Amino acid sequence: MNPKSALTFLIMDPPFENSRTTTAFRLIQSALGQGHDVKVFAYEGAVSLAFARQAAHPNAVHGRDAQQESHPLAREWIAFLQAEAAARGAKLDWVNCGLCVDERGVGETVPEVRRGSPLDFWKMVNESANTLVIPTR
Amino acid sequence: MKILHIIDNAYRATIEEQDDTVLWFTQVLRGADADITLLLRGSAVNYLVLRQDASGLAFGAWRQAQPPRVAASVVHLLSSRTPIHAVAEDLADRGVRAADCVAGIATLPRARLGEFIEGFDRVWQW
Repeated sequence: MNPKSALTFLIMDPPFENSRTTTAFRLIQSALGQGHDVKVFAYEGAVSLAFARQAAHPNAVHGRDAQQESHPLAREWIAFLQAEAAARGAKLDWVNCGLCVDERGVGETVPEVRRGSPLDFWKMVNESANTLVIPTR
Repeated sequence: MKILHIIDNAYRATIEEQDDTVLWFTQVLRGADADITLLLRGSAVNYLVLRQDASGLAFGAWRQAQPPRVAASVVHLLSSRTPIHAVAEDLADRGVRAADCVAGIATLPRARLGEFIEGFDRVWQW
């Protein structure tokens, strides 16, 4: 595979529910690290990954305040991966399913996350060397 | 590009979404002339059963006016020339007979799945 070829990921899981989310982000990071442009289509619950109002919280059980806890937030992972892509001269194109956003009320996203439809996914597929669908269960 | 959509996880939020989200997604892609074949396996073979009825949900004074109609979605896909296959053993395991099902689908023995999948450029397991 050409190292500069694009790869597309479709993800469906909402944040804070299962390990597929972390795995998907690790795969995206790995692809960017190998010089691929990455296209992500967030479908259904996955549109909440980019929701700008996610908030870190303290954790009394852990005995840590919010700053010490440094709670992982998917919106920050997206922003960091966008920055890493830019630093490597690669592109990370993140598209949220617009109808899925509306029904969940999560239209307020981190910067450079676009709103789209399955037709945008189809365009991504046709512009990519391969596509991985990671559905929810 | 020949694409195979495999659905085995059935009735996932169909009440809230008023349809199956993968069938819906497939219908949109078919509108863009994507060459998609659908394979139903596991509990998703029940999507073929004509006499299912998800209407009647009510919470207090709220009534669901438009329930999901997944068999109708299957018929719609067939009418848009989307080939639909189902795993024969998964139908038999659930006691679903051909007479119960939407007409026009093809059944496939489980033993032939590997050979069948080989015929596609992209295989997306939903």
